[in-house]
Amino acid sequence: MIINQLSVFLENKSGRLTEVLEVLGKENIRITALSVADTAEFGILRLIVPDPEKTRELLKKHNFTVNLTEVISVMAPNEAQHYAKILRVLSDLNISVEYTYAFSLGDKSLIILRCSNTDEAIKALKSHEVEFLKASDLYKI
Amino acid sequence: MDRDGIKHVQSERLRETVERVYFNVPYYRNRMQKAGIGPESINSIDDLHKLPFTTKQDLRDNYPFGLFAVPMSEIVRVHASSGTTGKPTVVGYTRSDIATWSEVMARTLTSAGANRNDFIHIAYGYGLFTGGLGLHYGGEKIGASVIPISGGNTARQIQLMHDFGSTVLACTPSYALHLAEAIQESGIRREELKLRVGVFGAEPWTENMRREIEEKLQIKAIDIYGLSEVIGPGVASECQVQDGLHINEDHFYAEIIDPVTLLVLPEGSSGELVFTTITKEGLPLIRYRTRDLTRLNYEKCKCGRTMVRMEKCLGRSDDMLIIRGVNLFPSQVESVLLEMSEINPHYLLIVDRINNLDTLELKVEVDEAFFQDKISQLEALRQKLQTNLENSIGLGIKVTLVEPKVIERSEGKAKRVIDNRKF
Repeated sequence: MIINQLSVFLENKSGRLTEVLEVLGKENIRITALSVADTAEFGILRLIVPDPEKTRELLKKHNFTVNLTEVISVMAPNEAQHYAKILRVLSDLNISVEYTYAFSLGDKSLIILRCSNTDEAIKALKSHEVEFLKASDLYKI
Repeated sequence: MDRDGIKHVQSERLRETVERVYFNVPYYRNRMQKAGIGPESINSIDDLHKLPFTTKQDLRDNYPFGLFAVPMSEIVRVHASSGTTGKPTVVGYTRSDIATWSEVMARTLTSAGANRNDFIHIAYGYGLFTGGLGLHYGGEKIGASVIPISGGNTARQIQLMHDFGSTVLACTPSYALHLAEAIQESGIRREELKLRVGVFGAEPWTENMRREIEEKLQIKAIDIYGLSEVIGPGVASECQVQDGLHINEDHFYAEIIDPVTLLVLPEGSSGELVFTTITKEGLPLIRYRTRDLTRLNYEKCKCGRTMVRMEKCLGRSDDMLIIRGVNLFPSQVESVLLEMSEINPHYLLIVDRINNLDTLELKVEVDEAFFQDKISQLEALRQKLQTNLENSIGLGIKVTLVEPKVIERSEGKAKRVIDNRKF
């Protein structure tokens, strides 16, 4: 349920994202999820990969600035009200969601959450019977 | 006055100045004693080479008022400009120095063709910078109508230029070009303006730029030179002939030295310009190294004057940059960066000129230990760096965070500055 997501600093220059993906592609690294947060000046690439530590070393070797961030992976029925419930539970307890992204898997949806307090968030969601996705299962997708 | 007459006056004033600093400035007394010379060793200009040089570092080491030769109660004005690191270079003036400054500025304006019937539009910055107030006092001395508009707000400058009927423009050459284009784009036609001549300085500018300014603004563009340590603007200026800048050598004695060997070079050689102030009371300076590179011409000018002329300065013997007329040493940027642990000390300063205005960008690497996942944190870092820098260097700067190793590493001294400007 706690996933080590990779964050990569990207300059706002053409080709930077391509280069990261090429490096990963050469080593045949599977990407489970990818998103980019951007400002006018720079971006942060967020990746979920099967072996975050190894991938981090690989990217560092290629002179990228990388770090690992704990995020939570949740599996929920693929309906907006379930997603809303998850967010409501957290906001009621004043746990802020810094960002979130989600994907449809047919009947189910995979939801990634970055919270201000990961342990508190897990406790809260567990008590509301939210289903978590283990890392090993996540990487199988 | 012929050259011999000039030399006689200079020698007398030099003797007075040497006595003044020897007895009133511990720093100079110590240095002269160490070199085994006293005021009696200096009888004329020919003995000047016996005296030690003064540098910006010496001013900084004696910050703020350590080199002043009079008690502070006699200092009626203080000005400052950028030092090599965070601390500014401070200069001070007695009432008599202000009168001297006004006099040399009056000469500057008069030789540019200005008189009491002119409206002098001063777009140099007013404040600790000597440009604004220097032109101001000179303008009042010749009886002209001075418009102390200072820098910035181009649209308003043009409007008032039109409404007040400005005839003489005083600003940096790059701002003059910027104004020229802004006028074209404004609703006001050039024929509606009464501009006749401009006095431009505070940054290097080529003959090409001069031609461009003269064509675009339809004025005569006069080169003026100065530095606050010597007095401010008013050290030298062009006459109508525009063939070199006449140095006010009855107040500032000029030498040309080899910046490496520090030896005085023969007449006509190119080298570093060194000034000794021979009439200043508040901050008299002996053999001050300007770091500006030029050449001196002792021939009588076609205008009839015999005061020595210097060529337009286009280079320096140190790494100082001049951006929009403001001095900047890369080491000033470095000292701000070193105080922040969130970034690597690898940086690159990129200077450019866009629409005739100098721009400054700093590229700096994010330290991996600091990088986390939050956009807001990186943005806050970028903003903090920009604010700290702007407060320290007094210039607007754009800060761009870059990936590591983007900035070239080198074995020896890293290249820290890329100057894309072509004057």
